[in-house]
Amino acid sequence: SVNPDLASERQTASFCVEKLTALLDGGTEQTRIRRAVVEAIQSDPVFSSENQYFQTQNERYEAAVRKAVHLQKKMHEMGWTENGPEYKYIYRALSGDVAFLLHRVFMRSISMLGSDKQIAKWIPLATQLRLIGSYAQTELGHGTYLQGLETTAIFDTATQEFILNTPKISAMKWWPGDMGRSATHTVVFAQLYIHGKCYGIHPFIVQIRSLQDHSLCPGITAGDIGPKMNFEAIDNGYLMLKNVRIPRENMLSKFCEVRPDGTYVRQGSQKINYFTMTAVRISLISDEVLTPLMKACTIAIRYSVVRRQSKLKPGEQEAKILDYQTQQEKLLPQLAAAYAFHFINNYLQELFDRGYREIQRKNFDMLPELHALSSGFKAVITHHSTAAVEICLRACGGHGYSLLSGLPSLYTKILASCIYEGENTILLLQTARFLIKCFMAVSAGQPVPPSVTYLAAVKPGKCPAKNKSDFLSPDIYTEAYQHVAVRLISSTAAKLQDLIQSGAKKYDAWNQCTVQLVQAAKAHCHYITVKNFAETVEKLETKAGIQRIMKHLCDLFALHGIFSNTGAFLHDGYISAAQMDMVTASYLDLLAVIRKDAVPLVDAFDFTDKSLNSALGSYDGQVYQRLYEWAQKSPTNKMSPAYERYLKPLLHNALSKL
Amino acid sequence: EALVLNDPDFQHEDLNFLSRSQRYEQAIRKSSLMVMKLREYGIADPEEIFWFKSFVHRGRPEPLDLHLGMFLPTLLTQATPEQQDRFFMPAWNLEIIGTYAQTEMGHGTHLRGLETTATYDPATQEFILNSPTVTSIKWWPGGLGKTSNHAIVLAQLYTQGQCKGLHAFIVPIRQLGTHEPLPGITVGDIGPKFGYDEMDNGYLKMDNFRIPRENMLMKYAQVEPDGTYVKPVSDKLTYGTMVFIRSLIVGDSARSLSRACTIAIRYSAVRHQSELKPGEPEPQILDYQTQQYKLFPLLATAYAFHFVGAYIKDTYHRISGDINEGDLSELPELHALTAGLKAFTSWTANAGIEECRMACGGHGYSPCSCIPDIYVTFTPSCTYEGENTVMMLQTARFLVKSYTQVSSGQQVTGMVSYLNDLSRQRIQPQHVAARTVTVRINDPVSLVEAYKARAARLVEAAAKNLQAELNHRKSKEDAWNRTSVDLVRASEAHCHYVVVKLFAAKLSEVSNAAVRAVLTDLCLLYALFGISKNTGDFLQAGILTSAQITQVNQHVKELLAVIRPNAVALVDSFDFHDVHLGSVLGRYDGNVYENMFEWAKKSPLNKTQVHESFHKHLKPMQAKL
Repeated sequence: SVNPDLASERQTASFCVEKLTALLDGGTEQTRIRRAVVEAIQSDPVFSSENQYFQTQNERYEAAVRKAVHLQKKMHEMGWTENGPEYKYIYRALSGDVAFLLHRVFMRSISMLGSDKQIAKWIPLATQLRLIGSYAQTELGHGTYLQGLETTAIFDTATQEFILNTPKISAMKWWPGDMGRSATHTVVFAQLYIHGKCYGIHPFIVQIRSLQDHSLCPGITAGDIGPKMNFEAIDNGYLMLKNVRIPRENMLSKFCEVRPDGTYVRQGSQKINYFTMTAVRISLISDEVLTPLMKACTIAIRYSVVRRQSKLKPGEQEAKILDYQTQQEKLLPQLAAAYAFHFINNYLQELFDRGYREIQRKNFDMLPELHALSSGFKAVITHHSTAAVEICLRACGGHGYSLLSGLPSLYTKILASCIYEGENTILLLQTARFLIKCFMAVSAGQPVPPSVTYLAAVKPGKCPAKNKSDFLSPDIYTEAYQHVAVRLISSTAAKLQDLIQSGAKKYDAWNQCTVQLVQAAKAHCHYITVKNFAETVEKLETKAGIQRIMKHLCDLFALHGIFSNTGAFLHDGYISAAQMDMVTASYLDLLAVIRKDAVPLVDAFDFTDKSLNSALGSYDGQVYQRLYEWAQKSPTNKMSPAYERYLKPLLHNALSKL
Repeated sequence: EALVLNDPDFQHEDLNFLSRSQRYEQAIRKSSLMVMKLREYGIADPEEIFWFKSFVHRGRPEPLDLHLGMFLPTLLTQATPEQQDRFFMPAWNLEIIGTYAQTEMGHGTHLRGLETTATYDPATQEFILNSPTVTSIKWWPGGLGKTSNHAIVLAQLYTQGQCKGLHAFIVPIRQLGTHEPLPGITVGDIGPKFGYDEMDNGYLKMDNFRIPRENMLMKYAQVEPDGTYVKPVSDKLTYGTMVFIRSLIVGDSARSLSRACTIAIRYSAVRHQSELKPGEPEPQILDYQTQQYKLFPLLATAYAFHFVGAYIKDTYHRISGDINEGDLSELPELHALTAGLKAFTSWTANAGIEECRMACGGHGYSPCSCIPDIYVTFTPSCTYEGENTVMMLQTARFLVKSYTQVSSGQQVTGMVSYLNDLSRQRIQPQHVAARTVTVRINDPVSLVEAYKARAARLVEAAAKNLQAELNHRKSKEDAWNRTSVDLVRASEAHCHYVVVKLFAAKLSEVSNAAVRAVLTDLCLLYALFGISKNTGDFLQAGILTSAQITQVNQHVKELLAVIRPNAVALVDSFDFHDVHLGSVLGRYDGNVYENMFEWAKKSPLNKTQVHESFHKHLKPMQAKL
């Protein structure tokens, strides 16, 4: 039975939850397929994650391998294929707790970077799992800065082989998933040398383990890099190469080839490499960032209507903690952000699909914009969402700290996203570089990509709001965000110019402005997010209360952004001190409005209890009972050897002395 | 330090590679040893015990924490002499191991909501203890799950049919000798947590469990044999303990942040990446402005909190004397101040530790950096000993009260005396505006004034909003709730002011000129960075102009470059031993990469060359395909 405190929240929903779920999924048919996949996976005991909080790293790894192997069978049984509509929901249903994820990256990199001949040779083997692949790029000493990688591949014309080496300790490959224990092959990124000349970073297929007995190949040192904050199920590995020889045909050669005589040939556009990074950065937002954020919101908000604490009115029952303004102020902006990011993700996907079609037609014009947007949004969304999940965790007090709440694991997982696929600060600086370039172009009257045309339409002046309800107008706040973005970009560009004109070297000037550049890039992404949210709301159907509640969330997201960054808006007086008080008042009013729909809004995310895997967040709200029963299953409640070995002697020793 | 570090008994495998049960076992082993050795060496001074303990457990929690830190002291302060005779020596000799069971599954900071009952039965002269609901199960107490055989249980006392509120009872929970739970007691471990792996945080459920009347701690309140309840003299005394514990958390905020800064800054000096100047070798990442901007303000914060922690401790000791003589006049302010500072410093340190970890990129994510461990061990301090938001609201209550006093013409004293100025400003409306030109951004004393003005403005705004809500609505609680976001902001501004003020005041006490110079830079960075992160507050109140804000931002960046050459020396000054730091990235010798490799080779997944999963799953699958 559902806890009455949670049941009552659902009775007062101002909109149809099922309709909102369909909107999030992109249609009722998508919802149906997703539920069918989740059901098929989660009803299979092999895929159960119930015990994961009690398991060691070794046990988690073994479970992940077992699930990966079982998944092959399941897909075959269900008739799911890698290109089918079901495929994308499998990962969600498994909460990512499955091995061989890097195997997919291995295959994708061969498909994108390999010649037709290489694809024909390797992809069938990989598809049938005759071999298990990994992707070895990051080294102990270098991550995001790829040119700094130190692994070498020297071409030996005599034997027609590449000789791969790890010349020093910092050149050791470090972090690649599936490489510590599972992989038999990996794509190694190394500096290519021919006749003593360095040609930069290239990808090579290297076998690292025997296909017979899984032992390491000659010249290979590999293993697991040890425990991490999360990803216990994955064997992130290290790899050292000592005079490992691979045939010339193992260099992935769609774009670059080494001829038998050592001639280096470049073919096609290198730009496509950027496109791969763009693809990965956009694709991780949905599974690795939005899903954990939405789960965290679900858990924290449901728990906040079940937990009662202290009294708001004398003589009454203790209040639900979600009725406290301070609790609303912690959680509801995170909920609004989850929706804002869902919609900006749709926007990025569309943009990406369009870019992809253009590239097929050999038109690379959209690449710089796509690259800048994907970098900036990857950084902004992962950063914001990581902070949001931590807020959810801490908003659940002591119980949030228990692994059984599910929140610590969500947090430790999402926070890795701030680092992998490009460290966030560096990505923001890439976006900033694009923005400065566009700003210069605009100033010189040249055309710029659509997302930055606003830089040309600089409107000085003041915010026209006259009372607090004016701040519920999307035009008013979108304009304010635009104003701040333009101001930060233009002032940083001016500062850069000043420094260069006063004699500073370009790179010095750049480093001296990096703090401001990061802020400018964030302001740009924030503006686009608000604008996109407002435009999305406008297009929604007005039926079933959906548009109304989404409008509230959009307002909340926008006003929260102003409220928590007042200085940026007050700085040049665009918003006055008196108007800022109106923003605050409007913002706080909205909290109380959205409070009423908080539970239906997280119900719409439609996570099963098994997906949430949380004692605090289950649909029925039987929090305390579940926590108590689950804790009793903990292995620590089996008789501990510590008593016999240490406590008993201690206690008895004490006894004998008395 | 040397005693512990050179003792082979305290050596063990890297904790990161152990399961929770193994970590618990190691902690118990070391705690047992520690107690024996403390007695052997005759160490009894609390300060020395503290250092000994922090080296044995390397700053981690351990299962006897609650016994030593809560059970024994509570006996000393709340037990009658007869009770001390019965319990203290056995507890001192560890025949009795106790814990302190307050928090329940359904209630934490809000103590009045606790549901456990202790009903007095005059017929047998016993208390009958019960956990009437699931939510009333005791949940979280450290050492309760597996280690303790006694607990001090907080329960609602019922006698003669009336509820007399919360009282403390000594409850035996496990049989001496066999360590089995007693009949009527259900006890166990609450399962895995974010951190605190070595601690057996436990649950406790009691069903009609009877204890003798003499087991209620009766130094203050008493229940007589016939059930008559005798009230305690004053309840303000408990403030003292809370102030003391919260002051420890402020110190812990400083220490934990210092450790994280040490690791991140040393590593940033070792790691080289990318290029600043074309053609030159890769620079240390600490040379990048963005990296300095992440780390140096945190370094300054660690120093600031260090001084704040020392101040609270001193103040507490100073007025402890007054308290013993019955003078409680300074206690309310100190209590309000420490509540806020506990929240302010633990929130800031919590975020700062994460920032340090993030600044170490991927390697920060590995436990061999130790920052994940610092984080998970520290982060619960935002919740325990008073949830931070609730703490901020307690401070706010004091601030609003002081503001109301000022409004009605009274003067207030202490850290809130700046509120007295507000009434003067109302007479001279130009006062605030006139202030803008007087802020000198190179002068810590002048910046203290700016923070003071901000605090005054936000306290006033919150108090006025509260009044406006009260004028609209009937219920006081409702009005308070609808203003609570403003109130928390006011408290934060107040605490921020106090921190800047104490840091600036410290500078004049430093006699060494070079040390004073570098601390002055840090103090300026702390104060200016705080302004640049909260520009809105300073702009909106007209304390600073936009032009001044631009100068502040510029000056922050200049200070980063000034501090850069001293950065490593500033973290070396924290003087953490490598063993205590426990971090491969933060090693004093900076040999990071070699040692990371050595560390990883010891991982349990590497115990065999070919993992058993290969034989169990991979090989059969490949055979079938």
